[in-house]
Amino acid sequence: MRHTISLLVENKFGVLSRIAGLFSGRGYNIESLSVGETIDPQISVMTIVTSGDDQIIEQITKQLNKLIDVIKVVDMTELDHVEREMVLIKVAPRQEDKAEVLRLTEIFRGRVVDSGQKTYTIEVTGDEKKIEAIVELLKPMGIKEFVRTGKIAIAREGIKK
Amino acid sequence: MSGAEILIESLKKEGVKHIFGYPGGVVLNIFDSLYDNKEVQLILTRHEQGAVHAADGYARASGKVGVALVTSGPGATNTITGIATASMDSIPLIVFSGQVPTMLIGNDAFQEADIVGISRPCTKYNYLIKDVKDLSRIVKEAFYLAREGRPGPVLIDLPKDVTVSKAEFTWPEIDIRSYKPTYEGNKWMITQAAHLIAKSKKAVIVAGGGVILSGGSKELRELAEYAEVPVTMTLMGLGSFPGTHALSLGMLGMHGTYYANKAVQGADLLIAIGMRFDDRVTGKIDAFAPEAKIIHIDIDPTSIRKNVRVDVPIVGDVKRVLTVLNKVLKEEVKEQWGEVRKAWLRQINEWRQERPMTYTYRDEVIKPQFVVEKIYELTKGDAIISTEVGQNQMWTAQFYKFDKPRTLLTSGGLGTMGYGFPAAIGAQFAHPNKLVIDIAGDGSIQMNIQELATAVINNLPVKVAILNNHYLGMVRQWQELFFNERYSYSHLDVVPDFVKVAEAYGAVGFRATKPSEVEPVLKEAFKIKKTVFMDFIIDWKEKVYPMVPAGAAIDQMMFEEQKEKPEKKLKAVK
Repeated sequence: MRHTISLLVENKFGVLSRIAGLFSGRGYNIESLSVGETIDPQISVMTIVTSGDDQIIEQITKQLNKLIDVIKVVDMTELDHVEREMVLIKVAPRQEDKAEVLRLTEIFRGRVVDSGQKTYTIEVTGDEKKIEAIVELLKPMGIKEFVRTGKIAIAREGIKK
Repeated sequence: MSGAEILIESLKKEGVKHIFGYPGGVVLNIFDSLYDNKEVQLILTRHEQGAVHAADGYARASGKVGVALVTSGPGATNTITGIATASMDSIPLIVFSGQVPTMLIGNDAFQEADIVGISRPCTKYNYLIKDVKDLSRIVKEAFYLAREGRPGPVLIDLPKDVTVSKAEFTWPEIDIRSYKPTYEGNKWMITQAAHLIAKSKKAVIVAGGGVILSGGSKELRELAEYAEVPVTMTLMGLGSFPGTHALSLGMLGMHGTYYANKAVQGADLLIAIGMRFDDRVTGKIDAFAPEAKIIHIDIDPTSIRKNVRVDVPIVGDVKRVLTVLNKVLKEEVKEQWGEVRKAWLRQINEWRQERPMTYTYRDEVIKPQFVVEKIYELTKGDAIISTEVGQNQMWTAQFYKFDKPRTLLTSGGLGTMGYGFPAAIGAQFAHPNKLVIDIAGDGSIQMNIQELATAVINNLPVKVAILNNHYLGMVRQWQELFFNERYSYSHLDVVPDFVKVAEAYGAVGFRATKPSEVEPVLKEAFKIKKTVFMDFIIDWKEKVYPMVPAGAAIDQMMFEEQKEKPEKKLKAVK
């Protein structure tokens, strides 16, 4: 099963490679990973999407906890939480599809962040399903380039499963 | 103070008396600071790998943190095997490596290696110091990290300019917010464990290296004796419980005793203490201890439920957890074990008699087990024994009765050939008046034989007993049993004359080719206060038994075939 794990880590050089090394050294998957500073510049927050059975996920969270630079590990999957991801999609639609691209962007509450003679670049934010849905719909229109941030997640206030 | 002086001052604060090391370009400033220092002695080894193993042996024998100091590049990369050895066995170690000046890092400078990157997976933590002001704090943190929780090696990379730059010496309080090991076990879990122990009819304790690391041998013995539970040990656990005790079953696992493996497989409760269910211990994991509930006590949460299911997990320091467990057992449970325990112990004794630890003694050729038994007899167990890896290691584990913790130094997890001799040198520095013996093979002794110079120049009375069969014996054993006797590159055709090698280095060499010569050679070697190599020409056909083939359940054991007519059967020393 898929799990979204959120980590608070010391914001030091080498921390990312310690975490990446843990996953590669023990044969765990990283499906996506995003890192950024928190309000406290000495601490970074990392969101990792990984998969495995219960025993593997238990090992992953324990092993992450064991790393000296890791301050806190939360398996978001066990909590009520909000997940978001952002994509930038560069589409090169035929003349007759241009209106449809803009209509889809609006339906998905996306924005056109760049437009040229041949392409639109569209920004869409949402959970995984939403991102997948717009990608599916835009595919026939001709996606030239595609970048996604990886998932970030935050727990909802006070409600625990 | 210069960075180099701050480093030495910090080591003094940590109570370091011995460092094992090897100089080189970028650590010259540190070596210069050591030149007329009286409190911290550097022991020059002949290879950086030897330095780290020596620091490791020092740590295992003394319980203190071992320290090594090497130069950048090849000096640093040569430490990796030693660091990985310590890491797998949870040994507290600090390795200081020199590094090219900060401004040159990343430029592929002369003798530059990204040792922080290289050592990351085999250290508990590592540091690259960029500012001399951080030096003393980092040294203090490193000792804390190496020692506390589950111990392990820490590497500190020291760029040359940091050792030259000046700063005030400070010894700050440290607080690592992200590292807070759990020492006290959960009381509710401990109570659950106590009730399980009281209820069980066929309990077995499996003690590992964690018992020794936490200093919990006394508490372990108290538990075993009070609850009348037999104790088997992993290789790393040997010595945590007296091998001569009536409740001791010896080692379990691939080359464990018949009765230990039978007991584990037949048990209704396993009390696993400071061990991590290594594959050499469990054999086929699905068939391991099929009827047993498992109580697992370990300071490292990742050890628990990594390989086997656990019914009562207790995260905590072994000594502290056992103290509470013993108290709960005595005060709250107060079980009268009586008849229940008697039946189980009787069953175990039947197994013990069915297949005791034996070998076939012969008059005309030396059996390796005979050498190990003689060493035990002559030392009465009062010695520090190190081993190399392979048959020599297993015969030592099987036939030497370790009664006290920290008397066996062996590379259990990584299985490093060439470990034993430098480790013995380190142990001798920790215990100058103890008899320290490395039980080696002719293959592995050649992997760090250059340390003879270190032993001789320091007048160390380290003894090396080479069980010489002209083979990489354990490899040969597998080839004989599982590869149709195709001895692919395991025969060491040319083995040096170890007596002459010893003499060439200024040590003493003896050789024994007949069983009758074994005892006189050992006696003579133990008498003289010099480094001694003893070359025992052993029966090259001898194999380590019992043996559990890879992938089999641990009670699927192979035993010595009794094809040849035994002339005289000797029982293992009890």
